[in-house]
Amino acid sequence: MALLQISEPGQSPEPHRHRLAVGIDLGTTNSLVAAVRNGIAVVLNDHDGHALLPSIVRYLRDGQTVVGREAEAEQARDPRNTIVSVKRFMGRGLKDLTYPENSPYDFLDSPGMVQIRTVAGVKSPVEVSAEILKVLRARAEETLFGKADGELAGAVITVPAYFDDAQRQATKDAGKLAGLNVLRLLNEPTAAAIAYGLDNAAEGIYAVYDLGGGTFDISILKLSKGVFEVMATNGDAALGGDEFDQRLFCWVVERAKLAPLSAEDTRLLLTKSRVAKEFLTAYPEARISAALGSGETVDVTVTQKEFQDMTRPLVAKTLGPSRKALRDARLEWNDVKGVVMVGGATRMPHVQQMVAELFGQTPLNNLDPDKVVALGAAIQANVLAGNKAADDDWLLLDVIPLSLGIETMGGLVEKVIPRNSTIPVARAQEFTTYKDGQTAMSLHVVQGERELVSDCRSLARFELRGIPPMVAGAARIRVTFQVDADGLLSVAAREATTGVEAAIAVKPSYGLTDEQITQMLKDSFDHAKEDVHLRALKEQQVEGGRMLEATEAALREDTDLLSAEELAAVRAELEALRKTLSCTDHRTIKSAVERVNRATETFAGRRMDRSIKRALAGRKVESF
Amino acid sequence: MPVNLSQNHFELFGLPARFAIDTATLEARYHELQREVHPDRFAAASDAERRVSMQLATRVNEAYQTLKSPLRRAVYILQLRGVDPEFETNTAMPSEFLMEQMGWRERIEAASEKPEALLRLQAGLREESRKIYETLHDQLDEGLNDEAASQTARMLMFYEKLADEIDDKLAELET
Repeated sequence: MALLQISEPGQSPEPHRHRLAVGIDLGTTNSLVAAVRNGIAVVLNDHDGHALLPSIVRYLRDGQTVVGREAEAEQARDPRNTIVSVKRFMGRGLKDLTYPENSPYDFLDSPGMVQIRTVAGVKSPVEVSAEILKVLRARAEETLFGKADGELAGAVITVPAYFDDAQRQATKDAGKLAGLNVLRLLNEPTAAAIAYGLDNAAEGIYAVYDLGGGTFDISILKLSKGVFEVMATNGDAALGGDEFDQRLFCWVVERAKLAPLSAEDTRLLLTKSRVAKEFLTAYPEARISAALGSGETVDVTVTQKEFQDMTRPLVAKTLGPSRKALRDARLEWNDVKGVVMVGGATRMPHVQQMVAELFGQTPLNNLDPDKVVALGAAIQANVLAGNKAADDDWLLLDVIPLSLGIETMGGLVEKVIPRNSTIPVARAQEFTTYKDGQTAMSLHVVQGERELVSDCRSLARFELRGIPPMVAGAARIRVTFQVDADGLLSVAAREATTGVEAAIAVKPSYGLTDEQITQMLKDSFDHAKEDVHLRALKEQQVEGGRMLEATEAALREDTDLLSAEELAAVRAELEALRKTLSCTDHRTIKSAVERVNRATETFAGRRMDRSIKRALAGRKVESF
Repeated sequence: MPVNLSQNHFELFGLPARFAIDTATLEARYHELQREVHPDRFAAASDAERRVSMQLATRVNEAYQTLKSPLRRAVYILQLRGVDPEFETNTAMPSEFLMEQMGWRERIEAASEKPEALLRLQAGLREESRKIYETLHDQLDEGLNDEAASQTARMLMFYEKLADEIDDKLAELET
């Protein structure tokens, strides 16, 4: 007798169809990869049992790279080619960096994002980050598939909640460059909240205080019946453990009366400072001793009290954003049920103490602050890849951290989407011409809370051409901002009075165009002697297979939404796609996928409509 | 697109088009709808489904934000009834009201450096706003006096601007 296997919609009927996806915490100091295995989120270790991969990349003369512990060991010997804390440079121009002169790198101020000259050529922070991601990807594939030939369904990469659009775009680009299918960019505090909330069945208002290696985030979330709703977020994208190291480093230089240091000695003492900082978390004093390349020797002792006094202003910098987040959420301190501590820097006792005073309660420390973000990301990745278990019926509603606006006359900012708007979100605003007969308009998109354009971050410049000549003020230019579930912005503009669609040219001042990424991928494959066409073919085959699977699953559920002719048309396109999967030209598969997309658009809409009706089914309009 | 985007926000949430609203039900409906349409539910779906999902989740967010805010909700109801509350053009407010506004402004200015005083003013403003909500309920739901409601909504807009000002000042004090 044949056994019937019954599965919930969305669950895979066959175990081997389980799609493996990973969560990656791409940190300033350390990076991690985690995955859900047998229903439990676990961090994946390297061969030596280490979970944490130091986010350090060393470039060698032959173009090869060394990543992690091995690079860390050489950083004081080869500081110029060993990139640490690259996350601080993501989506940043040279003028945005704090103390670039204290850094050993040979920076190149290129448009959009700073670049670093290394022995292996000029590298962008996106490329450096991609090297870290590649190592994590290889670790995941080896752990999850072993010798078997497997492909990751995708990855969720975490970003600081306070990252702006340029920094998010750069992170996503790094993921693509590492050959990852980026399922979602997830805010770090939100990832932590998922891991904590699901683990503890938490309900109510929670604050996540995330002080990492280079960034600070505070997020206020409301957890209710499986919904994780971010009420507000705030932070400082240039405040983290690195700043504490820097403070101690300066103290040591002063105390030991050192002459200006070489790049090698700077890196050496910074590393020693970091080790001392970590030591002081558990011990009353730490000794810093080093023999410098200059011939000088350093031997100083710092007490916990001295360290805390010198770094207290840094901890205090987290209080303002915390208060702002709470006010934006329209809540009071006593509404907060618990404070979840995330990030290695929250281990410092004076950080714990100040947070306890601020919130009037002992913070929650029952999670590993280094791992909780990666674990949350893995749980999200598993659900996004379509492996929904019965108890995975939770939903995440996140926000954008900073307002998005457009430059108006006089260098002022007109806000289009306010900060803390739940994503996805779209908003349109009308603008007009200021000169008679004006046929083009340049639009400058910015992000930030200040009123002056010069105080906000420039994201993109657009040009709208082909506006019919009219008197000043008569044109109606409708600019639409759309922020997707990754928190990434796209902008469109259109002149409304004449109904004429005018073309827009997008010139992102940050981030890479798809062509640039393709070129970089191609270059890296040429280097690795891989066949770029084979890679593209494989990718399209995966995409085509995914498309077939998803559409067939949808048809099984909702065939009745299509008329016989419509169904036949969809089936014909599916059949055509199935045939192309075995061909050797990726473009053929791509166009078949696009045809299926077009053929199923109506169907997708109707299915969604049915979902909504189902959600509201059995409900009568209520009377008050 | 066969998705019914012509439904108004109240219909989408299955709620009566009234100013008085049960916020708990509104939130519950919001979560139910997002559970169905949110892009996280369609990350492994076809491109067409993902596109529709983003459009709908955006639409649901917009509807929720509109219905949640008393001011936006009042304006939305008026628009549904074909009434333009003339926020941009109609600046004729009763002189008594304008005097009162000037009083608020002066007190906020005087409290600029004092967080406690600002918080007290904030509480006072909330109380005023609460009274206006009651008036809006009477005018929009009971009396069906749209013209009077437009005037009241314009007043509420003044109060919200004051509240924003206090928020900005409090934020400034923290940096």
